[in-house]
Amino acid sequence: MLDTQAMAHLSDVAVSIELETADMTLNIGPQHPSTHGVLRLTATVDGERVRDVKPVIGYMHRGYEKIVEARSYPQVITLINRIDWVSGFANEVPFVVAAEKLMELEVPERAQYIRLILTEMARMASHLAFMGSFPLELGAATPLMFAFRDRERVLDLIESVTGGRFHPNFNRIGGVKPAAGSGSATRKQVQDLPKGFLAETRAAMDEVFTSCDQLETLLAGNELFQARAKGVGVLSPEMAMAYGVTGPNLRATGVPFDLRKVEDYLPYGDFDFDVITADGGDSYSRWWVRLQEIRESAKIVQQAIDGIPSGPLQAKVPKIIKVPKGELYVRAENPKGEMGYYLVSEGSGGPYRLKIRSASFSNLSMLPYILEGALLPDIIAIMGSLDFVLGDVDR
Amino acid sequence: MSLLDSFWFVLVLKMVSIATLVPVAGLLIGYAELKISAHMQHRVGPYFAGGRWGWAQLIADGVKFFQKEDIIPADADRPVFKWAPALVLLSAVGLFVVIPFGEGDVLVVRDLDIGIFYALAISSIGTIGILMAGWSSANKYSLMGGLRAAGQLIAYELPLVLSVIGVVILAETMSLNGIVEAQASWGIPFIVPQLIGFVVFYIAALAEMSRIPFDMPIAESELVTGFLTEYSGFRFLFFFLAEFANMFTFSAIAATLFLGGYDPIFFDVPVALGPLVLASKIAILVFLMIWFRWTWPRIREDQLQSFAWKWLIPVSLANIAITAVFKVVF
Repeated sequence: MLDTQAMAHLSDVAVSIELETADMTLNIGPQHPSTHGVLRLTATVDGERVRDVKPVIGYMHRGYEKIVEARSYPQVITLINRIDWVSGFANEVPFVVAAEKLMELEVPERAQYIRLILTEMARMASHLAFMGSFPLELGAATPLMFAFRDRERVLDLIESVTGGRFHPNFNRIGGVKPAAGSGSATRKQVQDLPKGFLAETRAAMDEVFTSCDQLETLLAGNELFQARAKGVGVLSPEMAMAYGVTGPNLRATGVPFDLRKVEDYLPYGDFDFDVITADGGDSYSRWWVRLQEIRESAKIVQQAIDGIPSGPLQAKVPKIIKVPKGELYVRAENPKGEMGYYLVSEGSGGPYRLKIRSASFSNLSMLPYILEGALLPDIIAIMGSLDFVLGDVDR
Repeated sequence: MSLLDSFWFVLVLKMVSIATLVPVAGLLIGYAELKISAHMQHRVGPYFAGGRWGWAQLIADGVKFFQKEDIIPADADRPVFKWAPALVLLSAVGLFVVIPFGEGDVLVVRDLDIGIFYALAISSIGTIGILMAGWSSANKYSLMGGLRAAGQLIAYELPLVLSVIGVVILAETMSLNGIVEAQASWGIPFIVPQLIGFVVFYIAALAEMSRIPFDMPIAESELVTGFLTEYSGFRFLFFFLAEFANMFTFSAIAATLFLGGYDPIFFDVPVALGPLVLASKIAILVFLMIWFRWTWPRIREDQLQSFAWKWLIPVSLANIAITAVFKVVF
């Protein structure tokens, strides 16, 4: 016969067994529809509540930083536009600018304008992909179709100039490549942009404004969308800066930091555009900032088309490109954030060392912080709102 | 004595009709969903199957499911895993028993005195099937999907039942035939006095069917289709069919309770057209479901709970009180 004290103890034990549920380890990814590639998260979950999250990266590591040491400068360009494949063109620019600065080349203004137009179109393509994928992660399928339809329009235009939808490989040291399919380069004719490209692009930008309005009316006022996105994954400006978060994710916390206004890698100073910021720092702000940035990009492209100067597409460069000895860091405002190349040259035909600072890697580094204590559905929403690409994380 | 007087013959005939109606309704609604969603998204949808408008797309899909291997995970709880889709489809088919497609005893399998009570009870069995599927799949995502379905059951089952009580008070019967007759004699569909009841019922029915915005048990982007993850082939087809059959039956019940069922109310049409009248009302309600699904995101489990307990249940309780006072006073 048990005494009363032992009975009380036993009943305590029974209660605690009932209430303490074991934590479950949930592997999200690498094969998962919502991890944007092959990110793996090892999450410890208590029911729907997430205790902690460990991102496991490296599945996509292709060793570009090492490969480029054995490639010549023109060859590197084909590799680096595969880093963030959603905005391939924007990846090429800072590297080419770094090489040109070391060579002290004067790039023709028309080439710079074409680079700028295509960079902004790559930004639009990247942000439109986000406009589709983020609502899809919240369960809304229709914005995906709308955004991808519009993105296709932008990609078609990029393709008409560069010959590639995702991997343009269009930049050359000292300028841009003559238009695709317009004859042999040995004849030394100046081959320019395809006929009608500028007019078509200008018209397409008007449609981008319309589709932005469509996406906004479809989602911005939706109670369910707000319930899922507002106040979810809140990031303070201090924490964002401490983690090295850049790009729209940083601007969504209210920090008006945009390298297009700070750096001179492309002639952004000639154009009138706003740095979009939001105050919330939450998923909704990140979505809203990107939506507005599409509009700003369209504005920049229209201004650039109106003001594009005539002239050559290429500066005079030697047949075999050799970059003088030196080292330089060039950073650019890519769709995902700050993209930088630290180029070390020993005077040979290829880089001696290239350090790639990619935006998604730094943006993703705060996942354990921002996901701690979140609910399982919110993990997906927050990851989607950070808009990273695994190629950009692992390089 | 003709054959139609024989109880067993009529019963078998009705059973065969229902067994035909379930896949046919499933195919029609599935095709409507494909086409309507496509047009909402600026696509064309199925186009080639069958030669025109892709009308045979879902039949082709069905044939495909027959050909697939029936994969059962090694760690699965086999009997539970095998019976779960059957239970889900059973609850969907069971609902057809009480739906009156026309006046009298001919076009309803059985006009139960407790028709609506039976319908609500049998519809909950489907959730047990989902829970079984999630539990037995030996997959963490499926398990979470199953548990979400169970959590959802607690949230929406009460408002679903409470929203119907107002109609029952007005009609003074639980028989679905009786409810339609009551609306015919009132001369207005019950959606007019019971608008709140209708809205609550419709929202709760969406949750019962796990349709967007309440499709958390499936949640493709988080749980990789939740309890369905491990199912393939014929068993998956069962879930698929049950979903569309449920859309049909819940719309039929909502149309019967709130929109006058087979009775056209405001128009004078021959009694024989009752099934068509009901079908058109069902079509409107099904279209709404499809419209919601392709417009809205999904809400969170905790948001559904607070929505159900803080809004739906108080509102439907207030609705019952007002209806009861109204009934006693007038």
